Amino acid sequence: MELLRFSTAGSVDDGKSTLIGRLLYDSKAIFEDQLEAVERSSRQRGLEYTNLALLTDGLRAEREQGITIDVAYRYFATPKRKFIIADTPGHVQYTRNMVTGASTADLAIVLVDARKGLLEQSRRHAFIATLLHIPHIVVCINKMDLVDWNEEVYERIKDEFRAIATRLEVADVTFIPVSALHGDNVVDRSVNMPWYRGLPLLTHLEEVYIASDRNLIDVRFPVQYVIRPHSDAHHDYRGYAGQVAGGTLKAGDEIVVLPSGLTSRIASVDSFDGPIDEAFPPMSVTIRLTDDLDVSRGDMICRPHNHAEVTQDLDAMVCWMVDRPLRAGTKLALKHTTRTTRAVVRELRYRMDINTLRRDEVADSLTLNEIGRITLRTTTPVMVDEYRRNRTTGSFILMDEATNDTVAAGMILGTALS
Amino acid sequence: MTDTVTPSRPYELSHLEALEAEAVFIMREVAAELERPVLLFSGGKDSIVLLRLAEKAFRPGKFPFPIMHIDTGHNFTEALEFRDRRIAELGERLIVASVQEAIDSGLVVEETGPRASRNRLQTAALLKAIEDHGFDAAFGGARRDEEKARAKERVFSFRDEFGQWDPKTQRPELWNLYNGRIRKGEHVRAFPISNWTEMDVWQYIAREALEVPNIYFAHQREVFERDGMLLAVSPFVPLLPDETPFTTTVRYRTVGDMSCTGAVESHASTLEEVILEVAATRITERGATRADDKFSEAAMEDRKREGYF
Repeated sequence: MELLRFSTAGSVDDGKSTLIGRLLYDSKAIFEDQLEAVERSSRQRGLEYTNLALLTDGLRAEREQGITIDVAYRYFATPKRKFIIADTPGHVQYTRNMVTGASTADLAIVLVDARKGLLEQSRRHAFIATLLHIPHIVVCINKMDLVDWNEEVYERIKDEFRAIATRLEVADVTFIPVSALHGDNVVDRSVNMPWYRGLPLLTHLEEVYIASDRNLIDVRFPVQYVIRPHSDAHHDYRGYAGQVAGGTLKAGDEIVVLPSGLTSRIASVDSFDGPIDEAFPPMSVTIRLTDDLDVSRGDMICRPHNHAEVTQDLDAMVCWMVDRPLRAGTKLALKHTTRTTRAVVRELRYRMDINTLRRDEVADSLTLNEIGRITLRTTTPVMVDEYRRNRTTGSFILMDEATNDTVAAGMILGTALS
Repeated sequence: MTDTVTPSRPYELSHLEALEAEAVFIMREVAAELERPVLLFSGGKDSIVLLRLAEKAFRPGKFPFPIMHIDTGHNFTEALEFRDRRIAELGERLIVASVQEAIDSGLVVEETGPRASRNRLQTAALLKAIEDHGFDAAFGGARRDEEKARAKERVFSFRDEFGQWDPKTQRPELWNLYNGRIRKGEHVRAFPISNWTEMDVWQYIAREALEVPNIYFAHQREVFERDGMLLAVSPFVPLLPDETPFTTTVRYRTVGDMSCTGAVESHASTLEEVILEVAATRITERGATRADDKFSEAAMEDRKREGYF
C-alpha cells in the first residue's frame, strides 16, 4: 500500500472542512468518540449543524476564535492507499502555513466555489502549489448543487483556471465538480452530473500515479550521519548513513564525494536487515565505500558525471515567515539537506504579489508571508540542484541566529553570478 | 489489512517502508544536530517501535543516546519485566527516573483521593531528569493521530527552559529540514513516528515480529468500571463505594500508569486478531483508554504546555 501526502488550503466558507470531513467520515477515519466530542462542542457554541472543522482545529485558540491557525495533519486509509492530509488555513496571513503544508505534498487540492468562480484565494493556492512544485493539482469545483449542477459553470471555471495555469508551471491538473455537502463526486460518482466523465475525488486520490514524481536519474545522497561502531566485531566499519534524495545506488557504482571531489566506489548498501541490492528515494540506508576517504555529515555522494552543483551563490524564491523584514545584507543561518552554513542576502530582485502574480522590482524588503526572489552568498559551498528537478536538493530553510527561529523557506532556481 | 506482506513494486515503497525511512531519518537528524539526546521508553507499543527504529538507524553501532523510563511506581508488572528484558537484549543503557523519588524528595506532592493519579506528576519527574542529565533532546513515541493537540505538534517540538510547549510560537517545519537550534537549558522533543497511526504501529510490530508486553493481548483480569472505562483492580486505585470488581476478558490498547489506563473488552489474543480489531474499532485509543484526556477538550494541550510527553 502506497502513501500519498496531499495538502488542502481553504477558509471557513469554501467547504474545505466539509470536504475533508466527508473523506474522513466515509473512509471511517472519524471515530465515534471524536464525532461525539465535535457534536457536543458544536451544540455548546450554539451551532445548528455539526461543525467538522472542530475535528481539525486542535488548539484552544483555534476553537475559541473559530479559525484554523496552524497546519493540522490528518490520516486515513482505504484498501488501496494510506493518506496524510496537511490541512492548512487559506487566508493570506497564513501563507507560511500553506507553504509548510505544501512542502511535503504529492498533491494539492485547490477548492473553488462554483458560484464565485476563481477568486483571489483559489489563485493564491494554485500559485503556492506550483511554487512548491507539487506534482499534481486537483481543482475541486465545489457547491455544484448551488448552481443547479450546471456543466457550463464547470467549464467556465476550468477555462479560467487554464488561463492562469499557462503563467504557472503546473505539472498535472485534474478538474472535479463536487458537492462536498451532498457527497457528489467525493467518494461516489454523482448522479446529478452525468455529463462529468472523470473519477470521483477519492478514486482519483487512490489512483493518481505518483511513483514517477521522484527523481530516479540523478544520484544524490546527502551524508547525514557517520556510523563507526569501534567495537570488536565491527572494528573497521565506517558507514555513511542518510536518506536517498535522488537516483539509485548499488554496490560497485562509481561515486564522487562533494565538495571534496574525491572519487571511489560503493562497497555495499547496508541496512539493519542486511545488504540492499539497490537503494532509491526516499529510502534511509547506510553506504560503505571501497576507499578510506574523509567523508562527513553535510557532504554529498553523487556520480562523477552527474552531480549537484557546488556553489556559494544561490538564486532562489523565498517565502518569508517572520515579522522582522528581510533585506539585502540580512545575515542568516542556512540549512540545505544535511549541511548548515551561514548566508547573507545579496539582493532582493523582486517581491511577488501572490494574488496578481505581478513582480514588484522596486520593493526593498520582504515581510511576514511575502514571497520574493533573492540572491544569497553562503560562507561554505552547498551542493544544489534546481528545485524543479529535485525538491530535496533544491530546497533550504533560513534560520535567525539570534532567535533560532525558522524564518524562510527557499526554493533554488539556480546559481547566481557572484 | 494484510498489506504488510505484499512485496513492493520496483522502486516503490509501501506505506510502512516510507514511514520507517522518514522515522530513521528523523532519529539520525536528532543524533547529528543535538549534543545529548535521550530516548523515552514506556514499555508501550509506540516506544517499542522507537527502539526498533533506533536499531535501524544506528546499527551496527550503539545507540548514541541512553534510554529513559519515567517510572510512576504504578506500572503493570508485565511492562516492567518486558522493559528489562528488551533493554538487556539490546545491550543499551537504561536510566530510570522515579516519580516515587520525586514525591519523597518533596519535588511534587502526591494527589490524594480515589481518583488520584501520578500521570501528571510524571511531567515533573521527566523535566527534572532532563535537567539533571543535561539532555537537550528527548525522543518520544507520540503520534499525531492520537489527539487533536498532538495533530498540530511539530516533529522537532521546541521546549523552553521550563520544559513548556507553546503551540502559538511553533517553528514552521518544511520538507525534511528540521531546525534543532536551541539555547542552553532549552530542549527539543523529537517525535519520529508523528505520522504513524495506531494501525501502522501494529502492522509494523507484525512485520518486524516485535515482542510486546502480553497485556496487549486478551487475558482474564479483575476490573471495575469507572467513567465508562474498565480499570484494573490494583493497590494503587482505591475503589469508590459503588464500584464492584468483576473478572472479564480484556486487553490494553495503550500501556500507561495503572491508575488512569483503561482496558477494553476483547478476545484478540494474537497480533493478527489485534490488527483486525483495530481495523474494526470505532473509538480512538485515547478515548477508549485514557482517563487523563477526559478532563476537558484541551486536557492534552494543557498538559503538553506544562511539559508532558
